[in-house]
Amino acid sequence: MSDENSRTLMDAGDLESSSMHINLGPSHPAMHGVVRITLDVDGEKVLSSELEIGYLHRGFEKSAENKRYTQIFPYTDRLNYVSPLLNNFGFALAVEKLLGIEAPRRTQFIRVILGEISRITDHLTCNGAVMMELGGFTPFLYAIKARERLYKIIEKVTGARLTVNYSRVGGLRGDLPENFREELLAILKEVEEDLKDIDTLVTRNRIFMDRLVGIGVITKADCIKWGITGPVARASGFDYDIRRDHPYFVYDELDFDVPIGVNGDNYDRFLVRAEEINQSIKIIKQALDLLPNGPIQVSDPRIVMPDKTKIYNTIESMTANFKLTIDGIKVPAGEIYSFTEAGNGELGFYIVSDGTGYPYRVRVRPPCFFNTQALPNMINGGTIGDIVPTFGSINMIAGELDR
Amino acid sequence: MSKQILEKILKKFPSDIVSSHSMFGNETVEIKKESFYKLIEFLKDSRQFEIDMLVDITCVDYPYQSNRFMMVYHLYSTTLKHRVRVKTALLEENPTIESIVPLWESANWLEREVFDMFGVIFKNHPNLKRILLYDSFKGYPLRKDYPITQRQPIVGPLN
Repeated sequence: MSDENSRTLMDAGDLESSSMHINLGPSHPAMHGVVRITLDVDGEKVLSSELEIGYLHRGFEKSAENKRYTQIFPYTDRLNYVSPLLNNFGFALAVEKLLGIEAPRRTQFIRVILGEISRITDHLTCNGAVMMELGGFTPFLYAIKARERLYKIIEKVTGARLTVNYSRVGGLRGDLPENFREELLAILKEVEEDLKDIDTLVTRNRIFMDRLVGIGVITKADCIKWGITGPVARASGFDYDIRRDHPYFVYDELDFDVPIGVNGDNYDRFLVRAEEINQSIKIIKQALDLLPNGPIQVSDPRIVMPDKTKIYNTIESMTANFKLTIDGIKVPAGEIYSFTEAGNGELGFYIVSDGTGYPYRVRVRPPCFFNTQALPNMINGGTIGDIVPTFGSINMIAGELDR
Repeated sequence: MSKQILEKILKKFPSDIVSSHSMFGNETVEIKKESFYKLIEFLKDSRQFEIDMLVDITCVDYPYQSNRFMMVYHLYSTTLKHRVRVKTALLEENPTIESIVPLWESANWLEREVFDMFGVIFKNHPNLKRILLYDSFKGYPLRKDYPITQRQPIVGPLN
């Protein structure tokens, strides 16, 4: 009898086992936005995973084909909604290149300053979310507090926190408010204090490091193969920053470093983002010192609306206003691929124009499309618990992913 | 460097290039569909160009031309920092093209999106199905003949 019992125990290992099928998302607190991951798991171990996207698809590209160039700006706000200004400026740059014009110098500096503020809010959101998902609610609130300070100044300039619609072809909607420089410097000081708080609380925290170091690794070669750019690629040692390698606006006049990671794991991604925030602050301070006076819009009447007083008082300006409203900006026929460094990497706009006021085709190259596509590589072989920080650290933004 | 790419490509594929230009510094070649895969392979393997990253794949619809679908590929060299755009036209009655997933895995989702939005078929694609829209969606929304006002709500449970 006892002999038989021991035999059954020994044979338990030979019993047929099958992997389990689990759905993570589409609606799950750790899935930023909506995306569904279907997992095959063996206990805690992830055997394979597949992503399903498109839950937030709203036809940006189709809408853009049916709108005038100026009308597209509000739509670009909703691409990467934690750094809307970077999308605004990226699109404006693409159309300006197609028109063969360059925005005035003051505008370019303002774009750099506000763009970097947006980059900080983007990185703070991502790092904050990673910290929160690992159970650290306090540092998350610190990050959100710092972000809120920056949103306040963005609101003061543009009138909105997220749906900014601030940029225009050939310029900006309005100039900076009075005392902008002093207020921004004061806010940056407060933000630096918040960053210090986060840094001392989290960065060398043992529990935090245990969850991030060596998890979700992607190598440099894989980054290039999968087309990954931005902080995720830089954390893997792929030294590519469009601001430095293909400078646009006035980035070539500013001095900043590009932080590079070594291991390509979650911890390096966290550190790269944290250091990029510091570099952005450095850029903003330099740009504030160099900010010149002058116009904020080009003076071409085919592109920019005339002054309101002129519209009411002269027939030419009224006609120009009418033509611009009805026909839009007539962009010469041609095609362009223009790319800028957004919060997540290379944000490209491929615009085909047929010479009318409407673009013939607008294609967005969303940076996190590529990050998300490579996600199964990072989570396969790990545990279910590691999916959440890995998913958080690639910073998938559904608005940009699904367009 | 970028200019040299165009010259080299023109020399290598003299009879297959339909047109080329470098508008706004974007070096562009349009190649016949038959030699398209050979050109991409040549660019990827060539030691001179070191094109190692696929930046983007998209398509433009010209409904009044017999070569209706213009495929657009953006390629980049991470070491030499230059870009090249490769275009190839597909016939309206036969919108099929070789998939480049064997060369770059990142083409997987990009090609699925082009299939989803334009109905272009990619030969040898490992998993060609809709990506942003749902499987029962009818038509291809980024084609110019798909009206922007058309609505296709999903009614009831999917299965």
